[in-house]
Amino acid sequence: MTLVAVFFYLFAILCVVAGAGVILARNPVHAVLSLILAFFNAAGLFVLLGAEFLAMLLVIVYVGAVAVLFLFVVMMLDVDFAELKAGFIKNAPFGLLVAGVVLAELIVLFAFRDLSLGAAGVGAVSSPVPDVNSGISNVDALGRLIYTKYAFFFQVSGLILLVAMIGAIVLTLRHKTGVKRQSISEQVSRNPKDAVEVVKVPSGGAVIPSVEGQ
Amino acid sequence: MTQLLTDYLPIIIFLGVALFIAAALMIAPFVIAVSNPDPEKVSAYECGFEAFDDARMRFDARFYLVAILFIIFDLEMAFLFPWAAAFREIGLFGFWSMMIFLGVLTVGFIYEWKKGALEWD
Repeated sequence: MTLVAVFFYLFAILCVVAGAGVILARNPVHAVLSLILAFFNAAGLFVLLGAEFLAMLLVIVYVGAVAVLFLFVVMMLDVDFAELKAGFIKNAPFGLLVAGVVLAELIVLFAFRDLSLGAAGVGAVSSPVPDVNSGISNVDALGRLIYTKYAFFFQVSGLILLVAMIGAIVLTLRHKTGVKRQSISEQVSRNPKDAVEVVKVPSGGAVIPSVEGQ
Repeated sequence: MTQLLTDYLPIIIFLGVALFIAAALMIAPFVIAVSNPDPEKVSAYECGFEAFDDARMRFDARFYLVAILFIIFDLEMAFLFPWAAAFREIGLFGFWSMMIFLGVLTVGFIYEWKKGALEWD
């Protein structure tokens, strides 16, 4: 168990250091890379807790997708960072407010961690790890609960994903007008009769092609 | 619990080896290689003319849309995995629960297809 403690402190310290790196790095790309390191260490902590599936999910979804999205945003925004720093004092009260609310929530959660909230309360859900001797793997245990006992939350998560999808499309999708696209059915249905026109040209005269054939 | 963690020992060994090789490859040039620094060696190379501007330019917002749509379907896959693993136990209710979930996301998929979000222009 001492080895577990060693790895816990390794992951925890690296996680906190990487988290500090996120807010202290001057270069936003370095901040995002620190965030990725923090995600990896959090995944390590999940493994130490026995929540293997969550650890893998953290690596796949957060490192693989969300962090890449952040990199995109950071590179896309082209923000003037000197200007952002100038607004620091102006935005500081709001940032402190959010930080204070989160801190208060953590303190409340820690102070009332033994409080029972009924059958489906904190006590019932705070241990996602199945008994080791039961022979049920982590993924299996989650699968048994999500789709039956917590089916409502599962469907709500599906609706949230739908809203996110539609929201992203509505907010960012702009079609250029006048773009020529390939239309296969139009190509196939074209025949020589419509496309080619043979015209008798009188000698010395000019012919204006008819619009019909175009 | 210890059994679970000893299963991860190969990964730790792998990470250790990877770290060692990466560190060795990064440190070795400092020790062995000829060091002859010059600002021109690290400047941007643009075939024959001065670089116009920084490589940190604006990206097209459509990359962002593609990434968001990818994340949503990535999460859908993440939900499918425990479903498949526990398929035997969750019964018909669990099956239809997932079918409704997939149906909801298919509505979104049809929307984005018809809207042309999967087309580049």
